[in-house]
Amino acid sequence: MADLKTNFLGIESPNPFWLASAPPTDKEYNVRRAFEAGWGGVVWKTLGSEGPPVVNVNGPRYGAIYGADRRLLGLNNIELITDRPLETNLEEIARVKADYPDRAVIVSIMVPCEEAAWKAILPRVAETGADGIELNFGCPHGMSERGMGAAVGQVPEYIEMVTRWCKTHYDKPVIVKLTPNITDIRYPARAARNGGADAVSLINTISSITSVNLDNFSPEPSIDGKGSHGGYCGPAVKPIAMNMVAEIARDPETQGLPISGIGGVTTWRDAAEFMSLGCGTVQVCTAAMTYGFRVVEEMKSGLSQWMDEKGYTSVDDFIGRAVPNVTDWQYLNLNYVAKAKIDQDQCIKCGRCYAACEDTSHQAISMSEDRVFEVMDDECVACNLCVDVCPIEGCISMVPMQPGETDPRTGKVVQADYANWTTHPNNPMARAAE
Amino acid sequence: MAQGQMAPGIVAGRLSSDELAANFDDLHPAYAPHEAAVAADRCYFCYDAPCQTACPTEIDIPLFIRQIQTGHPEAAARTILEQNILGGMCARVCPTETLCEEACVREAAEGKPVEIGRLQRYATDTLMARGVHPFTRAASTGKRVAVVGAGPAGLACAHRLAMLGHDVVIHEARPKAGGLNEFGIAAYKATGGFAGAEVDWLLQIGGITVEQGSALGQGLTLDALRADYDAVFLSIGLAGVNALRAAGEDKAGVRDAVDFIAELRQADDLSALPVGRNVVVIGGGMTAIDAAVQSKLLGAENVTVAYRRSRAEMGASGFEQDLAASKGVRLMFNVMPVAVHGNGAAVEIELEYTTSAGGSVTGTGETVRLAADQVFKAIGQTLRGAPEGLELDGRKIKVEGAGRTSVPGVWAGGDCASGGEDLTVTAVAEGRDAAMDIHAQLSA
Repeated sequence: MADLKTNFLGIESPNPFWLASAPPTDKEYNVRRAFEAGWGGVVWKTLGSEGPPVVNVNGPRYGAIYGADRRLLGLNNIELITDRPLETNLEEIARVKADYPDRAVIVSIMVPCEEAAWKAILPRVAETGADGIELNFGCPHGMSERGMGAAVGQVPEYIEMVTRWCKTHYDKPVIVKLTPNITDIRYPARAARNGGADAVSLINTISSITSVNLDNFSPEPSIDGKGSHGGYCGPAVKPIAMNMVAEIARDPETQGLPISGIGGVTTWRDAAEFMSLGCGTVQVCTAAMTYGFRVVEEMKSGLSQWMDEKGYTSVDDFIGRAVPNVTDWQYLNLNYVAKAKIDQDQCIKCGRCYAACEDTSHQAISMSEDRVFEVMDDECVACNLCVDVCPIEGCISMVPMQPGETDPRTGKVVQADYANWTTHPNNPMARAAE
Repeated sequence: MAQGQMAPGIVAGRLSSDELAANFDDLHPAYAPHEAAVAADRCYFCYDAPCQTACPTEIDIPLFIRQIQTGHPEAAARTILEQNILGGMCARVCPTETLCEEACVREAAEGKPVEIGRLQRYATDTLMARGVHPFTRAASTGKRVAVVGAGPAGLACAHRLAMLGHDVVIHEARPKAGGLNEFGIAAYKATGGFAGAEVDWLLQIGGITVEQGSALGQGLTLDALRADYDAVFLSIGLAGVNALRAAGEDKAGVRDAVDFIAELRQADDLSALPVGRNVVVIGGGMTAIDAAVQSKLLGAENVTVAYRRSRAEMGASGFEQDLAASKGVRLMFNVMPVAVHGNGAAVEIELEYTTSAGGSVTGTGETVRLAADQVFKAIGQTLRGAPEGLELDGRKIKVEGAGRTSVPGVWAGGDCASGGEDLTVTAVAEGRDAAMDIHAQLSA
């Protein structure tokens, strides 16, 4: 079995699976059980300033989106940072770190946007022996109304400023956790780097309303008939998170900045995908909240098996491998031509490809009297919708045409060379090929 | 104290009432809401869905399953009932394994179809539990239609005609409406008096009168009906039973399976219903299986279905065969009865082995004897009491198009009419379609 040992900012952990700052990491009891279950590290649930802790609502804190059989696909929450006294948390962090020196223990922090507040808490955190800190600039609900969390993360200047304070008053790694509730993730990432951040972690949760009660018209989760937007997470947000990770990984200004990936990591495959897009570790919350800590077993064995199959001996062998393949649309090869092909032996004749293509796409699938569905190459633009709606994996595939063949749709011969939009004759901005 | 399986002869009370209650419980218990949601989630919402094509009543199955999925089982029920007013019973008794569920693409994909029958039951049960009837009558047309026979075809025809504003009188020979839903069909497929409840619910549409004890040949003639009504629909079923044509057929203990099933369905107390220790059922259709399984469930020690052809040729579906086997019924193939032995009452049955190739059945000369104190004949029903003057097609009333007989103004449907399988769902489709045709003609 491949070794999953991870070194992230000099912080070592036996595997790249960390529990994200969230309810599962709110106290010693949970964190000890998580480490016993095999998690490589934890980001302790966000600490606030000394003094009376925040209070949470006393009604439902979570709302959910389901797939078939109530499979939880998306979760939203309105819980705040830790509602336990700072002192209690610090004592527990110190004890846990002492007992689990081989695991990563990162402390998430969110205090008011004043240097004094950060200067006050950072030495206290340093005393615990924790391996680093994560700045919570992402929480989209409750705390942001008080000028913290996402309220900081949405202003790059604040990010840079607070990060700099932390680098000044704390000498271990500083990870900046980014909010996705912005228009372009590269700006806050650049600000973090400019402030001296050792790494960024993303995404925090996405502002959301999961559902509306149609009897009393209250958003869910409903607190006495009212609802507030919460933070959305779970498998549903993974595509959004991966795009943001990739944007940072390939941005010339932040290229090489270590990333801890967060957002819907549920299986080993999710982790491998995030890591291939440049993440040195991944952070998990919803999967643990749905299935319990034991879910990490599959993540570890799955990642290890995949690495064995690919011949990777270290996670460093594949971290970032997909980054060079993420590009802008304008650079995609317009000479690449594919056609959908339906494997008649696998086809169960449900006709979903036909309905999708006929009603909503390019009318490129024919249906015979006896329900044989076939692609008409002279109409097929290879959009992939048929593949996406087919219930049988592998039944429909996209087969590339070979150079020299004639595309029956356009009547043009498929070219072997690469050509993109930047030089395309239809592009009014086209530059002459050099 | 129960008599037990070993008590000789045909006796009542072989099992305790608790055992009987458990044995005759719902074959497919109703879905709980979450089960229904999970089952509904499996539907792919196929284009031009094969399940719908396979349904004789052409229920829009993907739509009703989607309505269950989105939390509206009553709307799903309406989708079902618009096509098939006896959708509740069909959900219970349809051989779905040879109809919609056989056609389900998930059957092709993984051998496990969407459980359409149970979903249909979930929808229709939900609606009927609310006691509402979702349809209303059109303005009265002043036309009157006679329906003869209150089985599935007759009820479906009457309901549709009543909806369209016609007044309907159903003439029914038996003391209860429902036909085979009430008097045929295994008890564990329609528990809790469902057949009767469904008829009551159906009649809520209004405009339908059921005249019990009224049958052709018993004071009722087709000529009189034609004179008194604007149209006549015949749904008289198959009242006759084929003879065994084996020596000793008249011995005590030999009877028609349909009578036994009817008696069982009408019994208030199953422990008072006698059944043999060694039961042999002759036949290979659904009736044979129903009689055999219920004999076993009543406490018979040995129950054998003796069918003269091969398993592949058996009328009962694979599901029914497996059901019988799982209850401990022995299925014998390629055997035909040659004699019932016994001094006055049946004691043994003598069967001859056969070869069945190319449609013909030939005895091999080799015989076997089985202990048999009770023998049920389930070798098919025949048309009996059809009015004179109607052209026949083989052994059934000849119909063309939507149930038109050779006599103007007279339609026929269900088991008594030619065409289609002898299934509840087919009868409903024929009754419904005949009603539409009658309506078209009366409106012309």
